[in-house]
Amino acid sequence: MTGQYIDLTAGQVAVAALLILVNAGISLALRLGMERRLLVAAVRTIAQLALIGLVLDRVFAVGRVEIVLFLMTVMVLVAGVAAVRRTERRYPGIWLNAVVSMWASSWLITAVALFGIVRVRPWYDPQYAIPLLGMVLGNTLNGISLGLDRLTQELEIRRDQVEAFLALGATRWEAAQDPVRRAVRTGMIPIINSMMVVGIVSIPGMMTGQILAGVAPLSAVEYQIVIMFLIASGTALGTVGVVLLGYRRLFNERHQFLVQRISKTE
Amino acid sequence: MTGAPRGRASALLEARDVGRRVAPARSGKERWLLRGVSIAVQSGERVAIVGPTGAGKTVLLRALALLDPLDEGQVLWAGDPVPDEMVPRFRRQAIYLHQRPALAEGSVEANLRRPLGFGVAHGGYDPARTRQALTALGRDDSFLAKLTADLSGGEAQIVAFLRAIQLDPQVLLLDEPTAALDGEAASAIERLVEGWFSERAGERALVWVSHDHEQARRMAGRVMGLSAGRVAHVGGLEPDGPVTGQGA
Repeated sequence: MTGQYIDLTAGQVAVAALLILVNAGISLALRLGMERRLLVAAVRTIAQLALIGLVLDRVFAVGRVEIVLFLMTVMVLVAGVAAVRRTERRYPGIWLNAVVSMWASSWLITAVALFGIVRVRPWYDPQYAIPLLGMVLGNTLNGISLGLDRLTQELEIRRDQVEAFLALGATRWEAAQDPVRRAVRTGMIPIINSMMVVGIVSIPGMMTGQILAGVAPLSAVEYQIVIMFLIASGTALGTVGVVLLGYRRLFNERHQFLVQRISKTE
Repeated sequence: MTGAPRGRASALLEARDVGRRVAPARSGKERWLLRGVSIAVQSGERVAIVGPTGAGKTVLLRALALLDPLDEGQVLWAGDPVPDEMVPRFRRQAIYLHQRPALAEGSVEANLRRPLGFGVAHGGYDPARTRQALTALGRDDSFLAKLTADLSGGEAQIVAFLRAIQLDPQVLLLDEPTAALDGEAASAIERLVEGWFSERAGERALVWVSHDHEQARRMAGRVMGLSAGRVAHVGGLEPDGPVTGQGA
């Protein structure tokens, strides 16, 4: 890195943590009854970040390929589960579908970045592999959960229409393509929106971090542009993947719509 | 009984010992919606299926259209099971019409055109034919521009019916098409179906599901009663045996 930055002491971090008292004060003054949740949230923030910090510290120190791959696998699994947990309707196999599409899309795009764009040596250098995968996963997660939510919602709400098309001789694809299209579009909207306003309305967290760490703004911007396109393509692949897998789960080869497989979560 | 030699030519559409059950809930026991039901429909025949709510009428009709996976038995088209890849082609020839007509947003004309874009449809949209059908119903071209959201229940059912018959099916599977309609709209639908059937009475066939015995008698040559997922009675307007070639 080119510049230098101020390394924070534990005391400085503790002062920042005291700012939670602002939230607590508001909650008390307005009787929002959120004190307990605020406390839990504050403790979780510190504990979770401290934990990942320790893990990353070890992984960076060791820098072995199998450890990096293991961590990357755990990240994918957690993201896949998180994507499904946000959905309102589910079907048997949805967890596998989400994890598979998350895995395939995020690893493919991260590989393209590591081997083809940034050209890291060795390719599994955790300084690059972990944050790049993390950025792709965070956004693909959104795309996948939105896509799944919309697909199952569309199919359930428009069930009569889908079945009417099947009854008139539509193949399963002809009957499902409108809901499938809507689902893919929905999954891709957030990333397209953020590409529209990036740098104007929002300064991305990663770029902010690099600048804080002393990187020249123009270099940080170069990285950010790369990241945006990685995220966009990863989200697109993940969303299309999961929607198509879901479609295959909900329509069988006999061109039958298995609506009874869709169930609402409580 | 399956595969036994039969004394006559294969029926046009036949269900043999079909059964469908609901997937058992977490702790509940499985329940059969329909079990051991057989029905054979010949060309030129009109069959009505009657029974109380929950008797399995819709389940049977949907089974005949291959819309749901079966847990038992099979459905035959001209004596043969329908392979997976032929299912859309089969459904174009044996069209199931929902009780609630499901039309897409947009105009009547767009709805009529849509199924003609499916791979199994042959022939494009025929405005002259549509106009002729509308004239017979006492409606003009402005009906085609109407939005489906503005249609009455009877009008929507008419559009769903026209949408189906423009594909030239051989069999219509009608699931209580008049249940939600007033008397006048119901007779309009009955007349349309009669007209369609008698156009080529020897070739076409229809299965009409109803809870109304009077209507069943009016629309069909043979009535089958279902109760609790089983055949309760089979009766013809002519006593005994299959009634074939019943003209309008």
